[in-house]
Amino acid sequence: MSEVPSELKYSKSHEWVRLEDDGSVTIGITEHAQELLGDMVFVELPDLETDVNSGDECGVVESVKAASDIYAPVSGFVVAINEELSDAPEIVNSDPYGGGWIFRLKLRDDAEMSELLDADAYEEHIAD
Amino acid sequence: MLIFEQGTKNRRAFMQAPRGEFSTDDFPAHLLRETTPTLPEVSELQAVRHYTKLSQKNFSIDTQFYPLGSCTMKYNPRGVHRLATYPGYLGRHPLAPDQHSQGYLQSIYELQEILKSVTGMQGISLAPMAGAQGEFAGVQMIQAYHEARGDTARSEIIVPEAAHGTNPASAVMCGYTVKSLPIADDGDVDFDALKSIVGPQTAGIMLTNPSTLGVFERRIKDVADLIHDAGGLLYYDGANLNAILGKTRPGDMGFDVMHMNLHKTFATPHGAGGPGSGPVAVAECLEPYLPVPIVVKEGEYYRLVAESERPDSIGHLSAFAGNANIMLRAYIYARMLGREGLIRAGEFATLNANYLMKRLQDAGFDLAYPERRATHEFIITMARQAKQMDITAMDFAKRLLDYDMHAPTTYFPLLIAECLLIEPTETESKEVLDKFVEVMIKIQQEAESDPDMVRNAPYTRPVRRLDDVKAARELDLVWKEPSA
Repeated sequence: MSEVPSELKYSKSHEWVRLEDDGSVTIGITEHAQELLGDMVFVELPDLETDVNSGDECGVVESVKAASDIYAPVSGFVVAINEELSDAPEIVNSDPYGGGWIFRLKLRDDAEMSELLDADAYEEHIAD
Repeated sequence: MLIFEQGTKNRRAFMQAPRGEFSTDDFPAHLLRETTPTLPEVSELQAVRHYTKLSQKNFSIDTQFYPLGSCTMKYNPRGVHRLATYPGYLGRHPLAPDQHSQGYLQSIYELQEILKSVTGMQGISLAPMAGAQGEFAGVQMIQAYHEARGDTARSEIIVPEAAHGTNPASAVMCGYTVKSLPIADDGDVDFDALKSIVGPQTAGIMLTNPSTLGVFERRIKDVADLIHDAGGLLYYDGANLNAILGKTRPGDMGFDVMHMNLHKTFATPHGAGGPGSGPVAVAECLEPYLPVPIVVKEGEYYRLVAESERPDSIGHLSAFAGNANIMLRAYIYARMLGREGLIRAGEFATLNANYLMKRLQDAGFDLAYPERRATHEFIITMARQAKQMDITAMDFAKRLLDYDMHAPTTYFPLLIAECLLIEPTETESKEVLDKFVEVMIKIQQEAESDPDMVRNAPYTRPVRRLDDVKAARELDLVWKEPSA
């Protein structure tokens, strides 16, 4: 069973969202998602300092099996991207909730956070 | 070993070398190279041995069963090859005048007519050099149609999530935004979802029918009406045309534009990336936009239509008129089979797929859509084996190679976990299909008794399991001369 940390929020499209102390949110893909995709060979990061809307395609993770879009789980302004993934996409496999983070957003609307799934709901989502 | 690594300084194949001296005086100086190119320095016999050995390492339809789903790896009849290489065909220069090319042009004209009749379309151009270029041309025509009507706000093309990857790529190449359409549990498109994304922004929809899931889209008429009512057009991806030959036609289903893959349905060779041919056929409303050249018949005279006569054409797609010899092969194949033969090809393709599907199901394999009839291909899923035994679709695929059978398509479509997409084609006998089932049962038994052995397959091929992750991460495609 894949790890689903209880302190994170989740989207149905398998992104995780962590609220940081400064009010920004860090976003990556879940362990379940990386397991399904298999070994990563390329990560296309969102553009820094752009606005994204919840549900927008804003990046791509590509594995030996498939290329899969990354969707913005919430709306906001891209304040950081994990450039380390350009040279080492495999971190998404080995450490999806830590070093494998993909980008960070300054939230536009805090209320959107409450629309995300909590760990229990996400676990239920991936169970079937 | 690469051919570059087999060379000896200054070794030549003199029989192949150009004779006489050639002057480069009339070339612009900046285009002349200063050093000689690094070419393999081998004898003719070395070259022959090298490429013959490479060909022996290959899997091919001439040597092995090749049930690669979505690719329609049918036999390329030798008779077709013989006729298509007649000197009169082979010797024609691409710039030969029409009056010296009547036989060739008649063949191409008749192929145009055959393909129109097979697809139920009004107009056709054989110009696209491959299926992907046909798609690009098709989407460009959709764009030209909307623009000519001043209908310029249409910015989206709808593509089902099970589509071939080329579909969204073609739409994006033409500047459209792709709207992904979910698939319902029964394998058809999610019609309610479609209703919610169709609108005045919809330029068109790209569909493969039968779909990549190996099922026929049953609500195609409703889909066509919905898209047309919204002012959009329907694009038919002809990759799976083999299944419906003589039974139904994209034109009758309501499609406005489509491409065909002659290397699939019309048995021209699947080369390593080419040469291909991807004719585009259209309904009346798109005829003015067809790419050129097109062959027309005036009285008993055949000629190529020039771009100047087709002011609204999207233009040329290549220097000449498509891959001539591939088109000729398709023509001869169609003439050899005739209408009855083509219908039989479609029937046998679907019969073979359904027979194989049923036998694999009876042998205990899980079908992706057990309640649906297969078209020319079908999907089994190894999700259960992966979960229970940690044996994946890829492990089955690799082990099949040891039994001298090419693997089915793996991990496509992405919607189905651990999937094998299996397309036997009409040219395989019942004995070969039975043998495939036997081998699949054997591998299942091996997976239960000795899973590590299956995980490490293949054992009998020139290479073992390749590190595809390393290959994708560290692309190394260019030979570099070792420094002295």
